[in-house]
Amino acid sequence: MSGMPLVHAVQVRKSYGSNEVLKGIDMDVAAGEVVCLLGPSGSGKTTFLRCINQLEDIQAGRIWVDGDLMGYRDQGSPGASKLHRLKDKEIAAQRREIGMVFQRFNLFPHMTARENIMEAPIKVQGRRKAEVRTEADALLEKVGLGDKASAYPNQLSGGQQQRVAIARALAMQPKLMLFDEPTSALDPELVGEVLEVMRDLAGQGMTMIVVTHEMAFARDVADRVVFMDGGVVVEQGKPSEVINHPQHARTRDFLKRLRSEHERVAEAAADLV
Amino acid sequence: MTTGSGAAIPPSTVEGGSAPLSDTGPIKAVPVRHPGRWVALVIIAIFFAMVISSFVTNERWDWPFAFQVMNYSPVLEGLLKGTILATIGSMIIGVGLGVVIGVMRLSDNPVLKFVGFLYTWFFRGIPRLVLVVLFGTGIGYLYPKFDIGPFPFSQQLAGWLGMSSDLTLFTFNVNQISSTLIWGIIAMGLSEAAYMAEIARAGIMSVDNGQREAASALGMKPSLSMRRVILPQAMRVIIPPTGNETIAMLKDTSLLMALPLSTELFFQAQAIGNRTLKIMPTLMAACMWYLVITSVLMVGQYFLERHFGRGYGNTSVQTKTDTTKTRLMGLTIGGGK
Repeated sequence: MSGMPLVHAVQVRKSYGSNEVLKGIDMDVAAGEVVCLLGPSGSGKTTFLRCINQLEDIQAGRIWVDGDLMGYRDQGSPGASKLHRLKDKEIAAQRREIGMVFQRFNLFPHMTARENIMEAPIKVQGRRKAEVRTEADALLEKVGLGDKASAYPNQLSGGQQQRVAIARALAMQPKLMLFDEPTSALDPELVGEVLEVMRDLAGQGMTMIVVTHEMAFARDVADRVVFMDGGVVVEQGKPSEVINHPQHARTRDFLKRLRSEHERVAEAAADLV
Repeated sequence: MTTGSGAAIPPSTVEGGSAPLSDTGPIKAVPVRHPGRWVALVIIAIFFAMVISSFVTNERWDWPFAFQVMNYSPVLEGLLKGTILATIGSMIIGVGLGVVIGVMRLSDNPVLKFVGFLYTWFFRGIPRLVLVVLFGTGIGYLYPKFDIGPFPFSQQLAGWLGMSSDLTLFTFNVNQISSTLIWGIIAMGLSEAAYMAEIARAGIMSVDNGQREAASALGMKPSLSMRRVILPQAMRVIIPPTGNETIAMLKDTSLLMALPLSTELFFQAQAIGNRTLKIMPTLMAACMWYLVITSVLMVGQYFLERHFGRGYGNTSVQTKTDTTKTRLMGLTIGGGK
């Protein structure tokens, strides 16, 4: 299917038991676009991100990534689709195109930073070790951790671990990068170094979907922000429009709460100086 | 600094404070005394002295003979075959099969899950001694030979079709296995697998779910993620109880004399005891061998734990060697129990 955006999600629904957390999400993300998902906790933004990568099953709707229908093979005629669930192996193959960065980093603790990065290119893509090693070192250099190649994750700070996690995802040369609140588990002074890496990545034209609470990042880096609440997309648009002139009361409320929290932090910080 | 800020202490308080200024150099304090420890040490020392003196003075211990028995060639052969070889063999079966069954029990496939459960239920429910006797005498009686055909029920099918040949490709005569040791190893290994399955299952469940997700997100198939990501981390949890199981197995090999198996440490020691009427020294010889092998196993366990514990220790090299020392000390204390 040519002409389809890189990510094309139509009427995605997801529930846990009787609790419906995604109530029909439509979203298109073009190649090279950076989209930030904003919204209060429990709004379904993380769940939606996980659905794109099939870490969660969806009950209705369709998600295409780079023209591939995620999780199923459609063998019906146009208008009357007949879906066949893909095998684990085929789902794994689909995920190779998508990099994911988690809130809790999830580095493999029994491997060094370099081994974390080399694991999937060697074992999944079957590439040559020497070549992957050079590339891993280049990636570590890129995220500013050239000297930490032989460090185990528990010898790294949270910010360093997250940067290794980004390098690990990039080593698979993904077409799309998903970030699930990448800075939420970090100490405040470590947030900047991770955002810096993400900023560079966006500047190099990577397609990114980022769930975040970092408004400054969303405003400066995103091509588009999507505000979600209660399992639906409330509004979306250019960051300057949505953040500065929200159209919906729910967006305004959320931003106001975020802003007042921000001001309290700023005031407390000013007292210290 | 803004005036009235409560965060900083005004320097004036320190200079002209009412609290008496005292020496702030290195601390040389009188430590807390522990008289109880000294009392305990004396009591235990006296007790030990009594035991040692009885070892030396009571001639019925006959230590020289005990050491002599330890070096008798039938005892050494029994130690090598019926004790060490049987432990290694049955633990290889036990760990290998146990991990497979542990993974089966956590599988999404309901058939595998049930078979795993059934296995654990059966082999954990039958006493090892009974299993050993069962395998030693039962199999050869029930199935004196195995006929191996090209497909299941091929013999029966050939019979029904009235074929001249019964399609048997290869016949395996069970009674040809003169060594009952193999049956003992199989019986112990199957029994061990039931326990190892539970240990492996606990180890796998102890790995954070985020690890599975991270592996999936990198495009790993479930089997690859299990092999490269989950199991290596589970090993850290699996190894200490496996060390326990190995030591238990070492001791349980003494059950093999019920097979019956004569090339076994305890049987040989007893046989010499019965012949020479020096029961205690020969038992002591067996005890000492068991303790020696157990100590060797504990050292092996220490190195395995260190290997699979990589990435979990303390960060700096200095503290790492410190932990190593502490653990070694813990080990020697544990070994002397």
